Amino acid sequence: MNQRQFNQPLRHRDDEGAAAPAVHIAVDRGHSADKSAAIKIRARDVNVFYGDKQALFDVGLDVPERAVTALIGPSGCGKSTFLRCINRMNDTIPGCTVRGRIELDGEDVNDRSIDPVVLRARVGMVFQKPNPFPKTIFENVAYGPRIHGLATGKAELEAIVESSLKRAGLWAEVADRLHQPGTGLSGGQQQRLVIARAIAVSPEVILMDEPCSALDPIATAKIEELIDELRNQYCIVIVTHSMAQAARVSQKTAFFHLGKLVEAGPTGEIFTNPRDSRTQDYITGRFG
Amino acid sequence: MNEHIVKSYEDELNTLTAECARMGGLTEAAVADSLEAVIKRDKSLAESVVDRDERLDVLQADIERKSIRLIALRQPMANDLRRTVAAMKIATNLERCGDLAKNIAKRTLILADAEPMAPLTRSIERMGRLVCGRLKDVLDAYTSSDVDRAILVWSRDDEVDEHYNSLFRELLTYMMGDPRTITACAHLLFVAKNLERIGDHATNIAEIIHYEITGEEMISAERPKTDALRG
Repeated sequence: MNQRQFNQPLRHRDDEGAAAPAVHIAVDRGHSADKSAAIKIRARDVNVFYGDKQALFDVGLDVPERAVTALIGPSGCGKSTFLRCINRMNDTIPGCTVRGRIELDGEDVNDRSIDPVVLRARVGMVFQKPNPFPKTIFENVAYGPRIHGLATGKAELEAIVESSLKRAGLWAEVADRLHQPGTGLSGGQQQRLVIARAIAVSPEVILMDEPCSALDPIATAKIEELIDELRNQYCIVIVTHSMAQAARVSQKTAFFHLGKLVEAGPTGEIFTNPRDSRTQDYITGRFG
Repeated sequence: MNEHIVKSYEDELNTLTAECARMGGLTEAAVADSLEAVIKRDKSLAESVVDRDERLDVLQADIERKSIRLIALRQPMANDLRRTVAAMKIATNLERCGDLAKNIAKRTLILADAEPMAPLTRSIERMGRLVCGRLKDVLDAYTSSDVDRAILVWSRDDEVDEHYNSLFRELLTYMMGDPRTITACAHLLFVAKNLERIGDHATNIAEIIHYEITGEEMISAERPKTDALRG
């Protein structure tokens, strides 16, 4: 295979990054042929340090609205770090410094005027292991709307809980046991419960950090179907170690390696014809 | 290119490419022998081409089976995926070439009993050599992963078409001049048509190689084309 060489200039499928000053965006080939597709999150020159150790280097990435963006890369490549920058989860880590701009609808999430609590209601998060509160199924979902004052009365709160559980594809399975503990559900059901909890506060973005890695294939398929449904309403960013999952659920894929964004573009192109040899090596299983 | 972390995956991909290359060698020989048989009116060589076709069918089925298995079990991505799909498609094209060579050989068995027509045979020979060269070049491009060589084959398909068109006119002249030659000429016309199709398959294979290596499709409309048949 090493005789195969083909030097091609990087073609611009999408010139949306052209106006941006940073050169780093050159690795982002956009997410679709449609140049008018809206950008929900715009990251530029993002550098993250854990103490002296730099975890992210000049990351520039556009995350489209109403689409699923998958972040892939080997362990320690910075994909989860980047994900956590979006809703400022890194604020909670001592010694962590974030530089650069991350804009949510044009607004810098690190701006002093931004309240992280409000930000995290706008940008929900789902983790690797389902983490329901040790409360009833109903309370798990009702908690967020209640503390954010989204419901004026009991009936309204119940309506939010029902619609959230329905959108998370869990309603049919739990409708008759809403007042039993959420921790009593199966792993896959718990993961859908925490997704229901995330969408109950009407977020704009949902971040998912390996949401299926602790689930069996059937539960995984249900979550993937759910992600596909949710993308009509939300901007979803998912970190996954499963290349096949990234290929199945996302419209845009970004590949991170050693803290740098190596390449980003429409998922179909990244998995059939990646531009960078590091992306190629990773997705074809040539290094880990 | 780095090797795969999973050794057996690397081996399976290499086996697939190697089998495809082997099938290419056998196809090339079948086409060359069928041409040789027409020119030399060699019935036993023609019979051997007919007999050998089954091996190509078996190989093609085997490559297809292995490709499908690899896609199912390994989920190849990027260049690996293109390589797998390319092997499957090339095998299909080669199998067709084998069928066309077999058809030429069958017509040879009939032509060998007819009156020899030296000038026509020479024209067939010229066209046949060109097509054999085309097939050889494209298979070399495949085994050496040489995209430039594949592009060269691809861009020259019109030469074969020109030969075919001129042979077509030549055959018409013969048939009009002496109706007793019609049977033989009709067979030779099919021989020429088969050679022309083998040339087309070589062009297809060139396109597949280009996609396999670069990930980009070739645009057929950009290929130089000869005018449609003129009576």
